[in-house]
This record gives sequence, structure tokens and C-alpha cells, in this order.
Amino acid sequence: MQELLGILGSFVLFLGTLFLLLGGLGLFRMPDTFTRIQAGTKATTLGTLLTLVGAALIMPAWAIKLFLILVFVMFTNPLSSQYLARAAHRAGIKFRAHTDHLAEDGEDLA
Amino acid sequence: MVDLFLVLSGITVALAFGLALYRFVAGPLAVDRVVAFDTLTIISVTGIVLVALAANRIVYLDVALVYALLSFLGVIVAARYLEGGE
Repeated sequence: MQELLGILGSFVLFLGTLFLLLGGLGLFRMPDTFTRIQAGTKATTLGTLLTLVGAALIMPAWAIKLFLILVFVMFTNPLSSQYLARAAHRAGIKFRAHTDHLAEDGEDLA
Repeated sequence: MVDLFLVLSGITVALAFGLALYRFVAGPLAVDRVVAFDTLTIISVTGIVLVALAANRIVYLDVALVYALLSFLGVIVAARYLEGGE
């Protein structure tokens, strides 16, 4: 049973780190700031959650402490993403594509 | 089996860290750097959990928790500064 949980946990752990790699790749390749915020925080949130779940499957005795980290990351990472996007918008950074739904009337789209 | 996947995960995390580090160095805007910092700290939390698994020591999970807390505070402070807060 413990063996099986360990193997399942290592697969989930590896899947989570693949999502982290995708987040890093998005941060590297995306064309403007807002798409970078989106890639760099959404994908890494899922990646971290999967990694922590995998670690809890490998080490069931650590589950409570891992769950604490999981809840903390799940609440704070989207929050900092939203805060950064708002700061970028208020600092006047333009979108690369014509998708600025937050633009006021008469404000020209970049 | 578990050890092999731990090594593979460590390599993947290192690659992700490198890609995010490029964005942190290259910029071009300050907001890009802060976003890259946020991503780097989240990747580091995962890295600390991997180290805890490899070393089989639960104490390192406390380090990961405090690291996540401090990085969140840092990002919020940097975002408020960029916003030109009131």
C-alpha cells in the first residue's frame, strides 16, 4: 500500500514540476506584461499544489504541514497576481493585443 | 522509483528556475521583474519541499512556509510601490 502510494505520489509530484516548467516557459516566451503575469502565476499555482499533493502521498505523516503550505499558496498566489496586474494597469502599461477590457471610454488602445 | 522521480523533478524545477531567472534579469519593465520574482519564489518553495523529501526531514517544511509568507509580503510591497500608492 505504502509502495503504491509512493509511486502514485511521485507521478503527481513530477506532473506538478512539469506545470512549473510550463510557467517558466510562459514567462520566458510571452509577448507582454499581462500575459506574463497570467502565465507566471496561474501555471505555477497549479504546479505547486500538485507537487505538495504528491509529497503528501509519498510522506503521509507530513500531510498536515503540507496542507498548511497548500492552503497558504492557494490563497496568496492569485491575490498577488491580481495585485500585480492592477499595479501594471495603473502604471499605464499597454496591452500588446486589443483586449483591454478595463480601458475607460475614449482611452486609446495600444 | 521515488528517488528517480525526485531527481527528475529536481531537474525540471531547476530548468523552470532558469527560465524565470532570465525574465528577472532581462526585464524589460520593473513589473516584469516583480512577476519573475513572484514566480521564482513559488518555484523555490517547491524546491524546498523537494529538498525536504530528499533529506527526509520535516523541519524544512517550516522553512518553505515562512519563505512563502515573506515572498508574498515582498510582492505586495513591491506592487504597492509600483502603483504609486496612496
